[in-house]
Amino acid sequence: MTTRIDARFAELAKQGRSAFVTFVMAGDPDPATSLDILKALPKAGADVIEIGMPFTDPMADGPSIQAAGLRALKGGMTLKKTLEMVRGFRKDDDATPLVLMGYYNPIYIYGVDKFLADAKSAGVDGLIIVDLPPEEDTELCLPAMKAGLNFIRLATPTTDDKRLPAVLANTSGFVYYVSITGITGAAAADTKAVGEAVARIKRHTRLPVCVGFGIRTPEAARAIARSANGAVVGTALVDALRGSLDAEGRATARTVTAVADLAAALAQGVWGAKQAAE
Amino acid sequence: MSPALPNSFRSGPDERGHFGIFGGRFVAETLMPLILDLEKAYAEAKADPAFQKEMDGHLKHYVGRPSPLYFAERLTEHLGGAKIYFKREELNHTGSHKVNNVLGQIMLARRMGKKRIIAETGAGQHGVATATLCARFGLECVVYMGAVDVARQQPNVIRMEMLGAKVVPVQSGARTLKDAMNDALRDWVTNVHNTFYCIGTVAGPHPYPMMVRDFQSIIGIETRQQLQEVEGRLPDSLVACIGGGSNAMGLFHPFLDDPSIEIFGVEAAGHGLTQLHAASIAGGRPGVLHGNRTYLLMDEDGQIQEAHSISAGLDYPGIGPEHAWLHETGRVNYLSATDEEALEAFQLLSRLEGIIPALEPAHAIAKVTELAPKRPRDHLMVVNLSGRGDKDVPQVGDILKGRNK
Repeated sequence: MTTRIDARFAELAKQGRSAFVTFVMAGDPDPATSLDILKALPKAGADVIEIGMPFTDPMADGPSIQAAGLRALKGGMTLKKTLEMVRGFRKDDDATPLVLMGYYNPIYIYGVDKFLADAKSAGVDGLIIVDLPPEEDTELCLPAMKAGLNFIRLATPTTDDKRLPAVLANTSGFVYYVSITGITGAAAADTKAVGEAVARIKRHTRLPVCVGFGIRTPEAARAIARSANGAVVGTALVDALRGSLDAEGRATARTVTAVADLAAALAQGVWGAKQAAE
Repeated sequence: MSPALPNSFRSGPDERGHFGIFGGRFVAETLMPLILDLEKAYAEAKADPAFQKEMDGHLKHYVGRPSPLYFAERLTEHLGGAKIYFKREELNHTGSHKVNNVLGQIMLARRMGKKRIIAETGAGQHGVATATLCARFGLECVVYMGAVDVARQQPNVIRMEMLGAKVVPVQSGARTLKDAMNDALRDWVTNVHNTFYCIGTVAGPHPYPMMVRDFQSIIGIETRQQLQEVEGRLPDSLVACIGGGSNAMGLFHPFLDDPSIEIFGVEAAGHGLTQLHAASIAGGRPGVLHGNRTYLLMDEDGQIQEAHSISAGLDYPGIGPEHAWLHETGRVNYLSATDEEALEAFQLLSRLEGIIPALEPAHAIAKVTELAPKRPRDHLMVVNLSGRGDKDVPQVGDILKGRNK
């Protein structure tokens, strides 16, 4: 079964370049602005879009994404509305892969089977669930595969060679390499160490490997995109959004362009990196 | 439909850390290898007689165990029913039961070669115990504490700092125990290579709920023996307060397979169950947070709600997964006491027994005042007096002073 994610990475491989993967929080700062941002991202050069599902207790996120989630929740965002947003995006764009990223509890409470059916029909392609390691695959990973959604696993600097096969076993779409031990928005990773880690993962899988955490600038994105199949940027975009809000935390006329402009600059960075032939 | 009753209530968790549907290992991949290491290290330590022997030595000479089992004569007379005994965990070094678990985890951290210890704390009792043992063994100690709790439990903040720990006031969310745990987890993900996370209650990813329970079970094991010595038999009922539930689990676990014993856990009902409270079983449902599936307070979208309790130690929107399972199997009865009831019990115990309890066990005492009068005089009721009230004296003093104006 080929998903939009598979198709996109196959297409990029043909073009010989890496993917620019963006992360934005659904409903930040309000549902309407958030949908506008989402629609602007492919035009700005996003190849894959990760959409954060807001959660009150995001244990692996730094202050920027924590605050983004709380802004979204305060604006009335729910998982149901996140799926509606995906549906809204799909009206005009049937090609850009959408990956929902977040924590398990809201999905568990929504109901796993109902969530998978609704997500699939809304046009979601993959899931990244931070607090579901392979040890808990029966919860969501296996049902998601059955429902035709990619379950994208995080590999980290602590995932050693012995553990990698277990992490990769039920992974599809791509592998998300977390470049540092830490939370989102933390210090940048050492490019050389990331390159070695990507090479190590690639010895175990044919899936594309995207790298995230700590990438904030076009230069950093370019450096990462030289060794990885994709560079993920989240916190920097969320910070650009926050910087455009008014004193009450509401969207302004600049909000969508603030995110789109930074995304365009980052995309130029990623595209500037000629991917080494595999 | 309630699940089939197990042959034993003491055999859990299974190898994947599940108590029925509860428990598990819901953590970020970064932490998973370390959690598996920890599970292995704990299994080895548990099987090592030298580890147990060293721990017994520290428990006796440093903690001051065994803690007394005390007949609360005047409270018994006052209530006119069951014969009430207190398990005096408040007499332990550092003033609560928390030290039993911290000692075990710190010894394990040393065995694993970890030099930096982090902990979350609500009332500060777990933080103080962790700071104390880090001082004793020369380890770096960082304690995450909600900013609201830093303000209402000042004496414990000062103690931790005197002991050489760094106390980090947590400003996110409701700025109480839940948020302290989030930030402790974030620290752990960042510093996983050299850091041991000393969790203070029977919650978190497997093996923590099992490990903390094992370290706290000394409470129930001693109680069994001590009551045998004075009364020549087992108790008829047990009562303990529950935030995450470590003092309760420590008392209950050794008695779970004695079916004649009634067991009561007391959650914090805050302003009342229809208003702001911290009673996860009474007011919550199963969900996933902080590494385990358990009863949680949340809204219909699965967003975690802020708990409220007068007691910082009970002010948490979840409960240990084994308690969730003991509730569903019906083995333990979960009740709740309001802020107001706890305050009354706090004063009652101070005046009747000359023991100022912490606000946490004051919740247990509050329910004892309802349960004991309904039971006969030969009924033996054991209450876990899990902590002393020194830390609460300024807060309760202010509340009472405000009322007398």
